[in-house]
Amino acid sequence: MREIGTLIAAALAAGAMVGVANAQTKLSMWYHGAGNQLESELLGNIIADFNSSQSDWVVELESFPQASYNESITAAALAGNLPDIIDVDGPILPNWAWAGYMSPLTIDDEKISGFLPGAIGRWTGEVYAIGLWDAACAIYARRSVLEANDIRVPTLDDPWTGEEFDAVLEKLAATGQFEYAFDLGMAWTGEWYPYAFGPFLQSHGGDIIDVSANMADGALNGEAGMAFGEWWQSLFARSLVPGTDQDGADRETGFLDGKYALQWNGNWAAVPAIEEFGDDMLFLPAPDFGDGPKIGAASWQFGISSSSENKDGASAFIEFAIQDKYLAAFSDGIGLIPPTAGSAAMSEKYSPGGPLEVFFELSNRQATLRAVTPAYIVGGKVFEKAMADIANGADVADTLDQAADEIDADIENNGGYM
Amino acid sequence: MPAQRLAKLSLDYLLLAWIALVFVFPVVFMVMSSFKSDLQLLRDSASLRAFLPVGDLSFDNYAKAFQRAPIGLFILNSVFITAVTVCVSLLLASLAAFSFVFLQWVGRSVLMAAVLATFIVPFETIAVPLLLIVNNLPWIGLDGFKTSWLNSYQVQIVPFIADALTIFLFVQYFKDLPKELVEAARIDGATWFQVYRRVVMPLSGPVLATAAILKFLMMYNNQLLWPIMVVQEESYRPVMLGLQYFFQLNTAWGEIMAYLTIITVPVLAFYLVLQKAFIASIASTGIKG
Repeated sequence: MREIGTLIAAALAAGAMVGVANAQTKLSMWYHGAGNQLESELLGNIIADFNSSQSDWVVELESFPQASYNESITAAALAGNLPDIIDVDGPILPNWAWAGYMSPLTIDDEKISGFLPGAIGRWTGEVYAIGLWDAACAIYARRSVLEANDIRVPTLDDPWTGEEFDAVLEKLAATGQFEYAFDLGMAWTGEWYPYAFGPFLQSHGGDIIDVSANMADGALNGEAGMAFGEWWQSLFARSLVPGTDQDGADRETGFLDGKYALQWNGNWAAVPAIEEFGDDMLFLPAPDFGDGPKIGAASWQFGISSSSENKDGASAFIEFAIQDKYLAAFSDGIGLIPPTAGSAAMSEKYSPGGPLEVFFELSNRQATLRAVTPAYIVGGKVFEKAMADIANGADVADTLDQAADEIDADIENNGGYM
Repeated sequence: MPAQRLAKLSLDYLLLAWIALVFVFPVVFMVMSSFKSDLQLLRDSASLRAFLPVGDLSFDNYAKAFQRAPIGLFILNSVFITAVTVCVSLLLASLAAFSFVFLQWVGRSVLMAAVLATFIVPFETIAVPLLLIVNNLPWIGLDGFKTSWLNSYQVQIVPFIADALTIFLFVQYFKDLPKELVEAARIDGATWFQVYRRVVMPLSGPVLATAAILKFLMMYNNQLLWPIMVVQEESYRPVMLGLQYFFQLNTAWGEIMAYLTIITVPVLAFYLVLQKAFIASIASTGIKG
């Protein structure tokens, strides 16, 4: 009799547990990190913690390869089966928000007040997404090379001016010790061009698109744009940098092998460089071409799809995920920049005195968003082609005029993206 | 002149060897690189070392590749999708071609022209409408009734069963078959289907092998845009989509080479099997010589 009672009690308890499980509403989540085991593991930990921390929601993750993630989202939006939570690359966010793929987040501003500017995805004044990290570019250099050539080491407070940077490149090229003085990374096509080279244009005072005027004409091909274009072309004409025919392998190993004196690269490549050169390795700030030193900002961020029927749950998950301990764990795991001072202090590489500390400050002080407009998707691609054409000797004015026309035609064709 | 002949023969062989090397080198590069670390692979790529088993060689890339992606699942998916598509496609395309060549019916020329006209329509132009169609198609499978074909095998198979190239290959081949064989079978009382099954298809080994190889390569190698659009669950992804798992911020080139080496095995196996069938079919047909 006693056993029967125990069995009934156990059955009731199991039933109650099933009831709790059933009461949890499923939140579907898509992520771009398929194939990245560390990211998957870190995100899996956050999801597991979230799922066990409350009884209302259960997040189910589906990972996609990054290379085709955007196309998958677009197709799902067409088919009407977007998940509740998506992640989005920062510069693309305005387009997805404008296209109606995403809804604004209902998150307390105070909770994101300490975030790096590049980690907050805003559009028309509303927050649409939050990133668990950011990325930053720097000039990779070796102290010994600079000292041997009597070159000043620039700092965040006193970066090289445009003229000074140009003179540095000329001096390093004149040594004859390197195949090229500076490696821009021309072999990396795609988003690298607007992300890495757009800030040079912005530092000259131009931009790919003037967001306030909603047009490229005048921003890309104005006086500042022309000055940038002429300088850009001169880098190739003077053989200071490898051209568009750069071998991908040289991009990966050229600086480490001593073929290039300096390199323009992101924080994701910093650890191998430190391993190769140790204390000799320097990460220098971007030069100031007149309008302030600038580097690209905004990486992947989490947001809510417009078709989600569980926006409260999706918001709850995102708020849960942006705790400092998770941001630090992501940084330690994948090497990207933690987006808050608190998480940076908790991280191994970006904490004060850490080997990559400089990148947090670079991101904090030099990061500049790519043009925050739905037109950026086309603008970025047009800019990429223009940069390659100018590098290959095309007329600067004609190329920039044509690029501006193309971007403005897209804006017009889309009704101004209103 | 023996000396002249020898020189000519040597030149011929040199040329042939050079052409062979052009085709073999990428495969050798792929296999050799799959045993090297990323850094060594990139450094070797600028020299002949890229084609040689030199430096620190290991199976690390293979182990890591299997950890990074469910390679076995992807290969099974691709082989299943490809095998079903190839088999059904060969059946339907040969039936269609038989009808175009041997049956007399009104409008066949127009329809054949329409089929050939689809050559000029790139898949990208029909991808979106096709997505909207398959998204609303019902399906009853082992897991019950579904209102959409997304995330399934059939969505990666059915749209690619019929294609103009395969039909065209069969039509051209059937046109060259001796009409007397078909006429004799008909006089002997064979139905059209019996003619197709017992007379025409047994003579069609070469075109079956050719069409199968082309279709196999098309399905196995070129599956990218469509799966990106219609497959959101990992359990249905094919090998080409799996390749994208390896393109991260720091691309794992060694693992990519290991992955490519692994997924090349089914292609080589299929080709070798059909190569035998191809030769056997030539030898056994009654129209040879």
